Amino acid sequence: MEEQVKNKIIELIDVTKAYKDTVVIENINLYVKKGEFITFLGPSGCGKTTTLRMIAGFEMPTGGKVLLNGEDITHLPPNKRPVNTVFQRYALFPHLNVFENVAFGLKLKKVTNTYRNEAGDTYQKKEHLSKAEIAQKVKKALEIVDLEGFEKRSISTLSGGQQQRIAIARAIVNEPEILLLDEPLGALDLKMRKEMQLELKAMHEKLGITFIYVTHDQEEALTMSDTIVVMADGVIQQIGTPTDIYNEPKNVFVADFIGESNIFNATMIANRRVKFCGKTFDCVDDGFEKDELVDVVVRPEDIQMVAPEQGMLQAEVISVVFKGIHYQILAKVGKTEIEIQSTKQKAVGEKIGINIAPEEIHVMKKEFTVNRFDGSITKRNTMEFGDGEFECDVTQLYPNSHLDEDGYLITAKGEKLDLTDVEVNVEIGMNNITMTDKSEDGGAQGNIISMIYKGDHYRYIVRTENEEDYVLDSEDMWNENDYVGLIIPANKIKLTLKKPEDK
Amino acid sequence: MKKLYFSRKQLCIPYSVFLVLFVFIPMLLILVYAFTQEAADGSLYFSFDNFLNFFTNSSKLQTLGVSVTVSFITTFFCLIIAYPVAYILARSGWKHTYVLLMLFIMPMWLNFVLRITALRELLNIIGFLGKYDYVNTVIGMVYDFLPFMILPLYNSLQKLDQSLLEAANDLGAGDVHTFLHVTLPLSMPGILSGITMVFMPSMTNYVVSETLGNSNITILGKMIEEYFSTYDDMHMGSMIAIILLVIIFLTMLLSGGFKENADETSSRGANLW
Repeated sequence: MEEQVKNKIIELIDVTKAYKDTVVIENINLYVKKGEFITFLGPSGCGKTTTLRMIAGFEMPTGGKVLLNGEDITHLPPNKRPVNTVFQRYALFPHLNVFENVAFGLKLKKVTNTYRNEAGDTYQKKEHLSKAEIAQKVKKALEIVDLEGFEKRSISTLSGGQQQRIAIARAIVNEPEILLLDEPLGALDLKMRKEMQLELKAMHEKLGITFIYVTHDQEEALTMSDTIVVMADGVIQQIGTPTDIYNEPKNVFVADFIGESNIFNATMIANRRVKFCGKTFDCVDDGFEKDELVDVVVRPEDIQMVAPEQGMLQAEVISVVFKGIHYQILAKVGKTEIEIQSTKQKAVGEKIGINIAPEEIHVMKKEFTVNRFDGSITKRNTMEFGDGEFECDVTQLYPNSHLDEDGYLITAKGEKLDLTDVEVNVEIGMNNITMTDKSEDGGAQGNIISMIYKGDHYRYIVRTENEEDYVLDSEDMWNENDYVGLIIPANKIKLTLKKPEDK
Repeated sequence: MKKLYFSRKQLCIPYSVFLVLFVFIPMLLILVYAFTQEAADGSLYFSFDNFLNFFTNSSKLQTLGVSVTVSFITTFFCLIIAYPVAYILARSGWKHTYVLLMLFIMPMWLNFVLRITALRELLNIIGFLGKYDYVNTVIGMVYDFLPFMILPLYNSLQKLDQSLLEAANDLGAGDVHTFLHVTLPLSMPGILSGITMVFMPSMTNYVVSETLGNSNITILGKMIEEYFSTYDDMHMGSMIAIILLVIIFLTMLLSGGFKENADETSSRGANLW
């Protein structure tokens, strides 16, 4: 532990950032070890850039502390921090040439020189670097980024890739303790990006300083980093090495964001026994309660295809795409689609068996925020989902639309649509479902299989005959195994059209 | 029915006619008048007399000196008043800056003579009128031309990329250094454009100097007007006009107003002249 503390170059403690009422960063705690290559990874708007900007000093946290080598630098302005940034769009000074850009920081720098006076006493003086020293350092920095001899060039004559390198040279020439990189490769084309990834990695090893890198590209993060911090909605989801993050994602978000994954709704039948796709599998994850609803994540490359009779699951191949090194195969098990990556080719329509090794089944706690179902519209304003039939408002699928007398939907543009059998995603908040004794009044019926006391309310799970689960909050007390009807007001059923790739 | 079709060349015709009628021919006429004198029989002969006369006549040279000085002081005050205003408006990040900007620009929409007359009354009330002719003239010109300085400055400062300021900060520059080495040079196109937009009209706009300077100040514009209408000497009037044109041309040349728009990073779009 003690050794770890010594190694921390940057530490964020309970850091929060809010603009007016919007919280962009919520109570972040993390540390960066000296000399490591750490990447903040997440979709846009997850707060990764804001976190970086707080380390750089461009943004001040609204709560918490930023420590540099154990010292509080929370409110230190950027020019007082031993940190340099490579900006997203380079931010090179257009009125200065390459040399002047790279030398910008050096000209401001003061170093302590020791002199000896006539009496032989030494004294120290803070001085700017000499012209020759600056020129020497600029030359060296340009060599590192492979642009020697570019000193006199104007910024506007450089290509994107060259500007990128100048931006890096301008930052590293100051010999910062930490180099911050804010999506520096985002504006480059794919080939250039791959090249720069490797070069940055090599540069990191050569310079031996700490790199803090921000990207939304998971592949980039996996390629370059020692440590990855996965962020979403201003909260850290997982911190770990690329291998950890890929192989042991902590939650469904991480699994989904890093690489391809199959995510199944599942139930723990017993310890190390999990049920999904209608079958029970062995798994290796402990620490779940019996009948707990969980998410199961399986990587496409971890699924084994066997002869139909040898597989736990029987599936039918519905699409095969050649990806160079492997085939990407989509197969259907009942209603569920499974993505498989394999070097074996299969034909569309072929029946296959599927096996998954226990250690490849990653069981995760389900973060329940909302009930999600796949539904289809049966007739005007009515739809089937979750083993039931409910009234709903289909006009929310198209803005400004309305229904005509015959039940056809008229869009804002006046088009007439027949929505029968259209498949939609259904979301229902846990507060919007009520239970009733008169089960026939409900749109769906089922038994209460779980109730957990949550302090001021109970959380119930109601399971229907065909094993669809509804999760709902209620202040009323019911008993386990009660048979209830579920009532959902039409305006609380949130519908969205399925995108083509969801189907 | 046949569709009307104009080639690019044909579309140019009205503009060419315009240029010939209103630019080329008048310029030529002024040039001819400036370098000729009228003989007794009414015929014109080539002469440098007007040119020599202008540069040897002390009262004309004095007028030139007054014009340049007044313009220079006006431009200077416009710049030091407009820069902070434009800076605050452009960089405040406040959503409704355009309202404030409009308030600064709005006087431009009022009738010019009305504005100056109102200002004259104001100067009269505070007792400046008739006492400080030069001060009044400069006050009037600054008041009049300030929007022409604010607008191009605002434009170039607004285009200034925030990340450049952050980059300077990041590289160790404090606020003053960042301003002097990044903000100021990058707003130079706006400054130059503002200077040309203020300097040039202040050389000629004699309505202000007449009204506020109690007719005690003669600037070049006034002198041209006198030669054309009072003395009926179009030759001398044209010569002064040509000299003014050359001065303006030289200031533009010095301030880089003719530079090609080589790279889009310099926001020369702010140059309205």
